[in-house]
Amino acid sequence: MGKRKVTGLVVYLVFVLLPIYWLLNMSFKTNEEILGGLTFWPQHFTFDNYITIFTDASWYMGYVNSVTYVVINMVITLLVALPAAYAFSRYKFVGDKHLFFWLLTNRMAPPAVFLLPFFQLYSSIGLFDTHLAVALAHCLFSIPLAVWILEGFMSGVPREIDETAYIDGYSFGHFFVRIFIPMIRSGIGVTAFFSFMFSWVELLLARTLTSVDAKPISAIMTRTVGAAGIDWGVLAAAGVLTIVPGVLVIWFVRNHVAKGFALGRV
Amino acid sequence: MMNWMAWTIPTASFFVGIGLILIVMTIAELKRPTIERKGLLPIATTRGDRLFIGLLSSAFIHLAVIGSSDTDIWWAFGISVIWVLSLLRWG
Amino acid sequence: MNKVQNNRAWWLVLPMFVLVAFSAIIPLMTVVNYSVQDIFDQNTAYFVGIEWYQEVLRDTRLHDSLLRQFTFSFSVLLIEIPLGIAVALTMPKKGWQSSLCLILLALPLLIPWNVVGTIWQIFGRADIGLFGWALNAIGVDYNYTANTVDAWLTVLLMDVWHWTPLVALLCYSGLRAIPDAYYQAAQIDRASSWAIFRHIQLPRLKSVLVLAVLLRFMDSFMIYTEPFVLTGGGPGNATTFLSQTLTQMAIGQFDLGPAAAFSLVYFLIVLLVSWLFFTTISHMEKDKSDG
Repeated sequence: MGKRKVTGLVVYLVFVLLPIYWLLNMSFKTNEEILGGLTFWPQHFTFDNYITIFTDASWYMGYVNSVTYVVINMVITLLVALPAAYAFSRYKFVGDKHLFFWLLTNRMAPPAVFLLPFFQLYSSIGLFDTHLAVALAHCLFSIPLAVWILEGFMSGVPREIDETAYIDGYSFGHFFVRIFIPMIRSGIGVTAFFSFMFSWVELLLARTLTSVDAKPISAIMTRTVGAAGIDWGVLAAAGVLTIVPGVLVIWFVRNHVAKGFALGRV
Repeated sequence: MMNWMAWTIPTASFFVGIGLILIVMTIAELKRPTIERKGLLPIATTRGDRLFIGLLSSAFIHLAVIGSSDTDIWWAFGISVIWVLSLLRWG
Repeated sequence: MNKVQNNRAWWLVLPMFVLVAFSAIIPLMTVVNYSVQDIFDQNTAYFVGIEWYQEVLRDTRLHDSLLRQFTFSFSVLLIEIPLGIAVALTMPKKGWQSSLCLILLALPLLIPWNVVGTIWQIFGRADIGLFGWALNAIGVDYNYTANTVDAWLTVLLMDVWHWTPLVALLCYSGLRAIPDAYYQAAQIDRASSWAIFRHIQLPRLKSVLVLAVLLRFMDSFMIYTEPFVLTGGGPGNATTFLSQTLTQMAIGQFDLGPAAAFSLVYFLIVLLVSWLFFTTISHMEKDKSDG
């Protein structure tokens, strides 16, 4: 590999990391230092901003809420997307292609368009301000992608395996859970990663569908503007903490990420 | 409880119409499965594909008529019906 | 793979269908209903027919924001696609370096969108942000809250920062799928690296690139949170994109009718573009399996 290539890549990675470093840097500073002048690393290193977050329930409950609905979303998505993807990868049925396309258009529907109807729909069935409401709303975007990814992975498993299992007398359910699912483990990991990703980063729907009990961290963050101006230090610390779960999740699927990003299709 | 959906008779009939078309297409598909073929359109299509292309382009026909002139909207509707039917037949 | 015709497969799809239809179709129907009425509150609404459609199709404010949206989406594609390919080509192919690159690259994708906005809001400020400070230090008069061009460029740079990794990761996985034999053949022919790229790598990247263009076009077309946090749509209307205009209309001014009508126009545009992409992708896959 040429030297120029390496330099180019390093320059790009610095571009990716610098804004994140800046946030991290600020989260360890006091507000006086942040506003006092530009410093490249914290002069008065402090954990105060993090302590504020971890001792104040209105802050840390935001993280609990976000994680709760993200996990519910992941579970629902996998439960309904697995059989659906199996059907798409193994059978032809009436309307299959159109159904698949319709699914994808939901992934592309702008959430801004549906905000108000969503709010009214979930209010009318009594789900407003619950984790389930946000999880269900996010399913609209995560399920299409999940079906698409899983279908790609499942198509890679030869049909003969299904047929042999049926000949050996396995029932569909038994075969699916005991044989098939373990075979597409990495696909499931990647799908979980993607549904995590889309649900974790989304703000608009999550904020609209909650008020107090299920308020996500990203909505709480928009409220750091106090009487004394913006509390930059706490804002930065809260931001850093929202990056942590993402890093953990990607660490677990790092070996499958390359295949997963092609949605299982190369 | 469904009050917030603000139904009106025209929109309700619109959705009923779409629903009926879908049901008819499904029954037709079950009775006589479509064969993918190439007609006037540049790609090979099934009956369902042609229906979708027809409906989507009809929507744009309506928008074009509304956006560019004050002609009665029923004209656009009439043109669209002819367009969809001929697309289903020859498209 | 040959698929078996079996309509009972619908039973497997049914739970998913019901769940998605519940969240997709009911709100869509509601939007259609809103678009033909003048709505004052829950119980007072008047049927106005196609009046809102006439209004929004001729509204210059919406035309402007649609035009801004297209300009933005195309600029995003023009920068992110070549940059993403370039990054994917330079990434190490195996070992810990490759894992490290993957994780670092994926980082921006996992940050909540409003935090992305916050990061750049801080980063771009002249007083507390490194980027704004550095630009001003070298004599560029940069201020994204007051200058239209600066604001626009900052939003663009933020989007490039945020989403180029997606393109890069897609292309990277596409490159990984090219068998070594191709490269060996090229080596025997003493092909230049440009020739390798042009005749081996690029054709093989076609399907992931279509996917990348599709995803990037759609997501940039409905961008909302990041510019909202970063610039609030300002200065003036310079960075008010389509979603934000719609949200302002629907929630801010409670102009439900026009907002719904325009949402549907917007949705039809998205539907058309995604259908074109989807047809292209499925035809390419068919060619691949035929050939």
